[in-house]
Amino acid sequence: MAALDTELELVGEDSRHALVRRALQHKGFLFGAAVIAVICAMALLAPLLAPFDYTQQNLGNRLAYPVWAGGSWDHPLGTDHLGRDYLSRLLFGAQISVIVGFSAAVIGCVIGVSLGVLGGFFGGRVDHAVSFLLSCQLAMPTLLLGMAMVFLIGPSVTVVICVIGVLHWNLFLVVTRAATQRVRQLEFVTASKALGADKFSIIWRDVLPNLTSHILVIFTYEVGKAILAEAALSFLGVGIPAPTPSWGLMIAEGKDAMFFQPWLVAIPGFALFLLVIAINLMGDGLRDVTAPEARH
Amino acid sequence: MLIYALKRGALALLVAFTISLVAFLLLNFATDPASLMAGDEADIADVELIRKQFGFDRPLYVQYFSWLGSVFQGDFGDSLYWRSPVVDLVVRHFPVTLALAGSSILVTILVAIPLGAAAALNPNTLIDRIALSLAVAAQAVPNFWLGVMAIMLLAVTFPIFPVSGAETWWHFVLPAFVLGLSSVPSVMRLTRTGLLEVMASDYIRTARAKGYRGLGLLRRHAMRNALLPVVSILAVQLGEKLGGSLVTESVFAINGLGRLAIESIIGGDVPTVQMLVFIFALTFVLFTFLADLLNAWLDPRIRLG
Repeated sequence: MAALDTELELVGEDSRHALVRRALQHKGFLFGAAVIAVICAMALLAPLLAPFDYTQQNLGNRLAYPVWAGGSWDHPLGTDHLGRDYLSRLLFGAQISVIVGFSAAVIGCVIGVSLGVLGGFFGGRVDHAVSFLLSCQLAMPTLLLGMAMVFLIGPSVTVVICVIGVLHWNLFLVVTRAATQRVRQLEFVTASKALGADKFSIIWRDVLPNLTSHILVIFTYEVGKAILAEAALSFLGVGIPAPTPSWGLMIAEGKDAMFFQPWLVAIPGFALFLLVIAINLMGDGLRDVTAPEARH
Repeated sequence: MLIYALKRGALALLVAFTISLVAFLLLNFATDPASLMAGDEADIADVELIRKQFGFDRPLYVQYFSWLGSVFQGDFGDSLYWRSPVVDLVVRHFPVTLALAGSSILVTILVAIPLGAAAALNPNTLIDRIALSLAVAAQAVPNFWLGVMAIMLLAVTFPIFPVSGAETWWHFVLPAFVLGLSSVPSVMRLTRTGLLEVMASDYIRTARAKGYRGLGLLRRHAMRNALLPVVSILAVQLGEKLGGSLVTESVFAINGLGRLAIESIIGGDVPTVQMLVFIFALTFVLFTFLADLLNAWLDPRIRLG
């Protein structure tokens, strides 16, 4: 019951200030939020910040060194195997990661939360059906199936988003189902029932608002997972089609030249690592701030 | 116990076949296998001929049940790309992937369980913090990138390990480490929370009062209960290693099921992809089923409850 008490407490205006205060004291949350803000700004301002067009080839200046390894400031991060400016590609690659991660998580969220709330609220047969779907999703070889679907439908940003979203929703389901089961027994739900509210308006007005903090935490983690899934698909050659610069695709392209220019692999991989670690730290922070007792 | 096992087994099979149905529908809606087989150059007449010859003109449900029927007779059809029975292909590629999955789960166990135990026994100390930070980092690192970086550092710059291949067990060290590391965060966290909970329980206090200390206390009393949930998650992780083999085998050029899967997808070989999805799902449900049984055997509360 402790978890629910804090959730209900959060509705008041004063506790919202308390939330913000706790968030500002949480180092992981602050670090994560700061890194995410910088990367989102990079993605958003890429057309202004990028010194070159990310598709512009210059075969006379291939595999140029980055500035710290004796390269020039014209290409601060050097150039790739086609002589394209690596910094520009990195900046535009941030767009892909952010867009795919966020949109795929939205799709997964809609599927998982709908199923979780239905199963948790109605129980019985509905719940049995939902848990069966969950068992299937858990056993599904997502990378294999995702790869096959993207390849056969035809790779594009939209297809990658839809496929990743459709294949990743189990965590949303598990968490909202358990939380709904707890909320459904609370007094205000009984009160709404007594007043004659129909079931879907109870779900919409009474149940869902009490799940938002849980959903937000899972959503954050799922954005990170979706970003890694996109990178893996693109790395394997069945994700974002070239010449669009996805960080996963950049690693795959850099791999062929890795013996001469290791940073072609190191830079986009480190960018991915930094973005996902920031997202996960922000998720941990959100969890600690909204439900401190659920930390362990 | 028998009834429990039968129930769980039936559910596991049902899950595997549902996934095969979903895969079948997704693959068939997404593509036209006949034109894939015929290639880009083929004219419409050729495509129609192939469609008739391989039975792609029949309604989807007829195709699925005919596939299901042959599966029960042990016939998974022929690969369109390699022109050989899919079963032969899978049997040939399976041992390497099994060795990779097994060795990587060994890495997970050897790293995650001692680390989780050390963290739980010293909560809120430096050890605990290092263990948790490692988990956060391992969760965020792209697996394929780690593989490429490991090759660059430990096979090229410092040539300790071979760059690629699977000839000797020495070849498996890097891939197993890279693939195994991806499961460390979840297993480590579960060991830590499980042990933290157990160490606070009454029976541990009793054992302490009777004079048990250190490893004896851990081995005889604490670990037995703390590791129950870890058994389940290890089975899940072992099942996921098959999926992970796609990336790892591609990075280290290991010719196992993952490589076969990638080549089948790119070759538009729908029957082989269909079979692999089924095999991967079946292996996953089999492992989790065995873990359920093992847990029931280890824990009478499940067996009798």
